[in-house]
Amino acid sequence: MFKDYKGKIPGKLLKELEQEIINQNLPKNKIKEALSQLEEEYAYAKISPGEAIGMITAESFGEPGTQMTLNTFHFAGVAEVNVTLGLPRLIEILDARKLLKTPAMEIYLKKEYNKDASKVKKIAASIKQITFKELVNEFSLNVGKNHIEADLNKKKIRDLGITETQIVKSLQESLKGSKVSVLKAGIIVKAKDESDLKELYKLKVKLKEVIVKGIKGISQVMPVKNNNELMIITAGSNFKDVLQMKEVDQIKTKTNNIFEVAAVLGIEAARQSIINEAEHVIQDQGLAVDIRHIMFISDLMTIIGSVKGITRTGITREKESVLARASFEIPIGHIMNAAKSGEEDHLTSVVENVLLNQPIPLGTGIPELVTKNPGKK
Amino acid sequence: MIDVFLNEKFIGTVENAQEYIAKLKEERRNRKITGTLNMHYDKQREEIILDCTSGRARRPLIIVENGASKLTQEHLKRLEKNETTWDNLIEEGIIEYVDAAEEEDTFIALYDEDITPEHTHLEIDPNIILGITTSLVPYSNYGQSSRLNRGSKGQKQALGLYVANFLTRMDTDVSILQNPHRPLVRTYMYDILGLEKHPSGQNLVIALMSYQGQNMQDGIILNKGSIDRGLARSTYYRPYSVGELRYSGGLTDEIGLPDKEVKGFRTEKEYKYLEDDGIAYPGASLKEDDVIIGKTSPPRFLGDLEEFSIAANVRRESSVTVRHGEEGIVDMVIVTENEEGNKLVKVRMRDQRIPEVGDKFASRHGQKGVVGAIVPQADMPFSVSGIVPDIIFSPHSIPSRMTISHLIEALAGKVGALRGKHVDSTAFDSEPEEGLRKQLLEMGFREDGKEKFYNGITGEEFEATIFVGNMYYQKLKHMVANKLHARASGRIQLLTRQPIEGRSKGGGLRLGEMEKDCFVAHGASLLLKERFDSDKTIVYICETCGMFAIYDSYKNRKFCPRCGANAEISPIEISYAFKLLLDEIRSLGVNPRLHLKNKY
Repeated sequence: MFKDYKGKIPGKLLKELEQEIINQNLPKNKIKEALSQLEEEYAYAKISPGEAIGMITAESFGEPGTQMTLNTFHFAGVAEVNVTLGLPRLIEILDARKLLKTPAMEIYLKKEYNKDASKVKKIAASIKQITFKELVNEFSLNVGKNHIEADLNKKKIRDLGITETQIVKSLQESLKGSKVSVLKAGIIVKAKDESDLKELYKLKVKLKEVIVKGIKGISQVMPVKNNNELMIITAGSNFKDVLQMKEVDQIKTKTNNIFEVAAVLGIEAARQSIINEAEHVIQDQGLAVDIRHIMFISDLMTIIGSVKGITRTGITREKESVLARASFEIPIGHIMNAAKSGEEDHLTSVVENVLLNQPIPLGTGIPELVTKNPGKK
Repeated sequence: MIDVFLNEKFIGTVENAQEYIAKLKEERRNRKITGTLNMHYDKQREEIILDCTSGRARRPLIIVENGASKLTQEHLKRLEKNETTWDNLIEEGIIEYVDAAEEEDTFIALYDEDITPEHTHLEIDPNIILGITTSLVPYSNYGQSSRLNRGSKGQKQALGLYVANFLTRMDTDVSILQNPHRPLVRTYMYDILGLEKHPSGQNLVIALMSYQGQNMQDGIILNKGSIDRGLARSTYYRPYSVGELRYSGGLTDEIGLPDKEVKGFRTEKEYKYLEDDGIAYPGASLKEDDVIIGKTSPPRFLGDLEEFSIAANVRRESSVTVRHGEEGIVDMVIVTENEEGNKLVKVRMRDQRIPEVGDKFASRHGQKGVVGAIVPQADMPFSVSGIVPDIIFSPHSIPSRMTISHLIEALAGKVGALRGKHVDSTAFDSEPEEGLRKQLLEMGFREDGKEKFYNGITGEEFEATIFVGNMYYQKLKHMVANKLHARASGRIQLLTRQPIEGRSKGGGLRLGEMEKDCFVAHGASLLLKERFDSDKTIVYICETCGMFAIYDSYKNRKFCPRCGANAEISPIEISYAFKLLLDEIRSLGVNPRLHLKNKY
């Protein structure tokens, strides 16, 4: 009996029903009834042709959006890491911003590392980026000798387990063309010859931000206990470098930067990441948007193989119709470009038809007459 | 080293900030330097900020020194006897004005008893933390702060006696409440501000209950009997004015009865209220579009035509008429001159406004509501003693808004009405609630203000007891008569051929972008098309070149300016806005072509 319905109903649903029939021990005639009922329900759940799913999705996002708080920051969960939430974060996701306000990661560790608190602390410390300025008490510019003297905080360096040679190495790597030497007083960075005070000052600014240790971009780390295992929450994100660490569980570790996900794990992962992030924001606000709407938006944003935001440089640019593109930001640019390449608009979507006062190809506007007029030759 | 800034300009440095500030303050209090100077020491930025610029908000405080207020009983006595003044107290260094920056360095006691040696100032009265209108809200210390804000906002919109000489004035868009009351429950500030002379509401009996679902969501029910007895009636005034303008060539406008020859002459009926001087007589009852002041203007274009044509000498009609959707009685007529010496006529119209469904009312606690129904007195609920409320107010408006002051006012109003004496409801210093309850009990009522009520329609007793009391209710200036608007077809814009905007011009109601989205989401394709076809036009398209063709209806001939008369030309129906868009694209130097295809 189940065979007849294969292809008509998804396998997963059929399996579920089969299991339930076994559990309930249904008689044969009832099974038939259940199957036909399921088929009916499944057909009912399908979206009918001509349903305005795009508009409904937009409204489903737009209406709760008006209720969202504009309160940007929120201390997420147990950890005291600042995370952008609410409307600003949702806009960030949907616009596919490359630079996030608060990038963050949840780093899970492999089984053998995630139990011992002191070990986890050590791993966390090794991830955190340490810039040169954190290790320095005072910078002083010596104009006469054309160099910068950095008075090192020896105690801090010892606490962090860094050696001076390490520092010198990383400084030399990132400041090409300047000589770095260690003296009793601290580290001296000599600027290029013939540099004036302004350049010396620029060098100082650059010097301050040199990363001496840790993974670039991760500014804060916090070991947290989560369901009997220790994990690390970070502010700042560097998905690629973190995944390469041997202690890290590559499967469970997460970042909120969708572009990094796309670059490291590929577009399908990015699609799921958009869904997760958007749903998280909406749920955090105590609102409910059907997951299918979020999935639909996520599909649209990733359909061309790279992450595109819902902006004029993103998916709007991919629209086929000239008039539809022109009716959303910079109309003249779109019309002129269309003229250059002699584009045609076949008026197949909604916006163009509203503009022309024609019936839109949706809902009641879909049915068309198929019969040809016999009077016309 | 601490930097000192005067009016945001760096003037020098001092070593000891505290000492410096103390010395400056001393000198200010002794009037050696100006009293308008305020100082603040910013510890974090290591700056001293001195300021004596204009535009800062400053407030007066009583100076406290060594744990004692400088304002003594003796001063108070002298103040009472009018032997000393406010200015004297400032001069003597008893009161000083402090700005927002200096306030950071102060420690202010709220009451005399609270003063400790650390205190630097004493509040003159706790009420001073409230503004002028806010301090008029009764029992405001029992209300939610944001509702206080709204409560004071409401009072500014209340109708009342805004000036006593309103009869001689020509104010635009004003109303006078016809029989205003002084509030039974009032604050101390009410008397100080002299609002006795400018009342702005009425003491009404209010019951907290629902009524047939007509007062949900901030709706209120009004008693028809109360309205017939004159509840919340107001007079609405609107002046119309017109001057005789002068044009080049010695021509002028003329105020007077327009001649029938005049271009644009209205119907005889619309001029019937005008007297010989062309102005409607006081007492005339005009409807919309009736002429109030008759006026003619010289022809618009003067030129060569003048000598040959008689038509050119015909003047234009330019009378002033009653605004669209309004009516009223001519109240006062003024004939005078303007600055240039031209004749100027002003006519004030008056209209009685009886409360109707849609008018806005509010208590003084930010509890505003719109009349949802006017119920005949026979159908209103009544109490055991036969009291019928004037207003029924929904109890759902209370919990989420937390306006406890609203409830206390109703209770206090009830006591006030029964004992025939005002109730003082000044914030922090009001007649206590317990006392009110006791008095209510003594006068034979339940102490919680609730009473047994009967259903006005069926006569049955309500299971619940109903909270009733007297409250000062305000009629706000937003009345439906000024807002109601609907139209079918009417005037359109010249450029886009779409309906014009605005109630005063009889414009259309816009079906906006989001409303459009709703139609799309429902798939109501053909309904959407119909709603948006206010500017539909038929244009002729040359199928050969895709450009606009011309239809000459006089010769019944179609031709394309480019391909000639032999091209195939078809009519299509599009919105005029799209025709405009094509024209604009053409103005960019881009030629859009329309390729037509048979749809079926």
